[in-house]
Amino acid sequence: MANKIPRVPVREQEPAIRATNFEEVCYGYNREEAMLEASRCLNCKNPRCVSACPVNIRIPDFIARLTEGDEAAAAAVIAEDSSLPSVCGRVCPQESQCEGSCILGIKGEPVAIGKLERYVGDWKIENSGAQSADIERNGHRVAVIGSGPAGLACASDLAKMGYEVKIFEALHEAGGVLTYGIPEFRLPKKAVVAKEIEAVKRLGVEIETDVIAGRTVTVDSLLDEEGYDAVFVGSGAGLPRFMGIEGENLNGVFSANEFLTRTNLMRAYRDDYDTPIFVGRRAVIVGGGNVAMDAVRTAKRLGAEATIVYRRSEAELPARVEEVHHAKEEGIEFRMLTNPTRILGDEKGRVRAINCVEMTLGEPDESGRRSPVVKDGSDFEIECDVVIMALGTSPNPLIASTTEGLETNRRGCIVANESGATSREGVFAGGDAVTGAATVILAMGAGRKAATAIDEYIKSK
Amino acid sequence: MFKILEKRYLAENICLMRIEAPRVARSAQPGQFVIVRADEVGERIPLTIADYDREAGTVTIVTQTIGASTKKICALNEGDSLADLAGPLGNPSEFVKMTPEKLKGRRYLFVAGGVGTAPVYPQVKWLHEHGVEADVIIGAKTSSLLIYTEEMRKVASNLYIATDDGSVGAKGLVTDVIKDLIDNKGVRYDECVAIGPMIMMKFVALTTKAYSLKTTVSLNALMVDGTGMCGACRVSVGGKTLFTCVDGPEFDAHEVDFDEAMRRQAMFREQEHTANEKAHKCNCF
Repeated sequence: MANKIPRVPVREQEPAIRATNFEEVCYGYNREEAMLEASRCLNCKNPRCVSACPVNIRIPDFIARLTEGDEAAAAAVIAEDSSLPSVCGRVCPQESQCEGSCILGIKGEPVAIGKLERYVGDWKIENSGAQSADIERNGHRVAVIGSGPAGLACASDLAKMGYEVKIFEALHEAGGVLTYGIPEFRLPKKAVVAKEIEAVKRLGVEIETDVIAGRTVTVDSLLDEEGYDAVFVGSGAGLPRFMGIEGENLNGVFSANEFLTRTNLMRAYRDDYDTPIFVGRRAVIVGGGNVAMDAVRTAKRLGAEATIVYRRSEAELPARVEEVHHAKEEGIEFRMLTNPTRILGDEKGRVRAINCVEMTLGEPDESGRRSPVVKDGSDFEIECDVVIMALGTSPNPLIASTTEGLETNRRGCIVANESGATSREGVFAGGDAVTGAATVILAMGAGRKAATAIDEYIKSK
Repeated sequence: MFKILEKRYLAENICLMRIEAPRVARSAQPGQFVIVRADEVGERIPLTIADYDREAGTVTIVTQTIGASTKKICALNEGDSLADLAGPLGNPSEFVKMTPEKLKGRRYLFVAGGVGTAPVYPQVKWLHEHGVEADVIIGAKTSSLLIYTEEMRKVASNLYIATDDGSVGAKGLVTDVIKDLIDNKGVRYDECVAIGPMIMMKFVALTTKAYSLKTTVSLNALMVDGTGMCGACRVSVGGKTLFTCVDGPEFDAHEVDFDEAMRRQAMFREQEHTANEKAHKCNCF
């Protein structure tokens, strides 16, 4: 029977302290806290959280195992549907998925499903041995392009089925957006990302870095020359968007991708790494998604006064509620209903200020959100020396443009069906490369579906 | 890890390395570049490909020691390894995709400045192998900074050298040689390709514009990933913002905003200066 206790608070680093370091903000539950929080679950007969989860993790089941103190069993339940619980427990937008549909949330606080998932995932990392899995190989080979959530999930499922799998990664370190995009303070690289990747490798998956699909190799060379039976494309959505406004090429204007890649992948925030970064005294971040929150909180940690500029109101911010909340606690300034019109430079071509207009909300647009309208004569300047554009990303055309017969849509996304099959035989795709920028859990789910489809394809040949 | 099979200095501060990188060697084309990282804490540095040998599986890179990171690369020796060498990146030179009919009878003028002479070499070599005429002008401050002259002599139709101090070849700038060839010697070119310091490329572009001579430059913008992800290498070409890494690195010289490109190249100059001083101190022990 469920306890009628309030949601167990999670321990976090003090805002004033964490705004000056890159260590993880949230400490997560310990065993006692996790078991107490787990006891709040009503174990609904018709669990709405399960259908709200993009990969339908059997949430009440894993929570029930937790109330019994059986982490291993809880981990086994999650593993049936998710291969990255430590990651998803940290970065999933739970408030609009599982927790958003929890019955307890109607009158009070929903069960902290994300924090419980994280607890189980971290327990598994700490308690699973380093021994390699002994899986009988079936003699077939699959190439996976990209080592982000989609690629890792696809590769590990295929490896478990007995395939010989090799992941090709363009950068020098595996992990995709988990490594170059999401900051250390939200997703620790050594303690979580590297461990998840090690677990995939223990299944026998090989990862070759520094291989750019479309340049170093092509989909066709992998199939024809290197003898792979199938290829999975999980190359993500890596191309940054800019606004196309005046002054965007001034020194001090960065894409969020550049700013975050320098900090996360290249560790520019550490003195012992060589890559430079510049944050100035005041940084303005344009955008309201998770990437904008990551960029603004990174800028703050690097020592700048940091401001978010977003053209709609707070209610429309696409970022996770927790990220917005954390950012505010850390002293980030939010300027809502504000849209940049041009960036102004000094005589040396460095950013001096950003010119903005005030907005009001008009009629809903095709996305269902009320569209922002410019308030006449509302121009004003915000002085700053860095501007970071966090306006979303689109898929990299390198693979599509070098693979004949691989269909893409108007937005440059690879066209794939529900199971990941593309217009080319033997070529499957999933994750942001297909959907455009979305979430880790959707990419992971797509990778797993494609693994099943690849298995069927190869067996039917 | 990418093993250094051969290392030698071409000039006091310019070092050549032949690296074991079979995948890159197999796919490389003239005009493309690689991203190199010396060690686990190193920066990702874009370097043009100076040569490649598909059979031997090697790629040759030529690095000028200008900052802490390029010094770090050049401090490695034969038998050591680079942590990373990723590529080939960017688009191959336009002529690589031309049909033999279209190439036939064309005459190219290459203008190479300083360390930029290295990436000119595979282009001229490729044209030579395909029976296309290519004259080459190499410019340097002084004779000791000239590189690749012997290799170039073997593949160039005519080789001209210009040094600032007149220690070898003509005394003066590469642009003087261009004017002399066209005005006084009456040579007609179909295309000019200039690779070197940004300031040289800017003035070559200004010079050839007067002759309406189609000119291509290879830009060495700042980059992080080199695959279109970061946008650090943004450049204005014909009023449009393009990415050097995926849209280039070669662009129509008469459309490039060189002043902006030079300014953007200096984005991290202060940090580079500090890093350089730090690296210098370390070397004094």
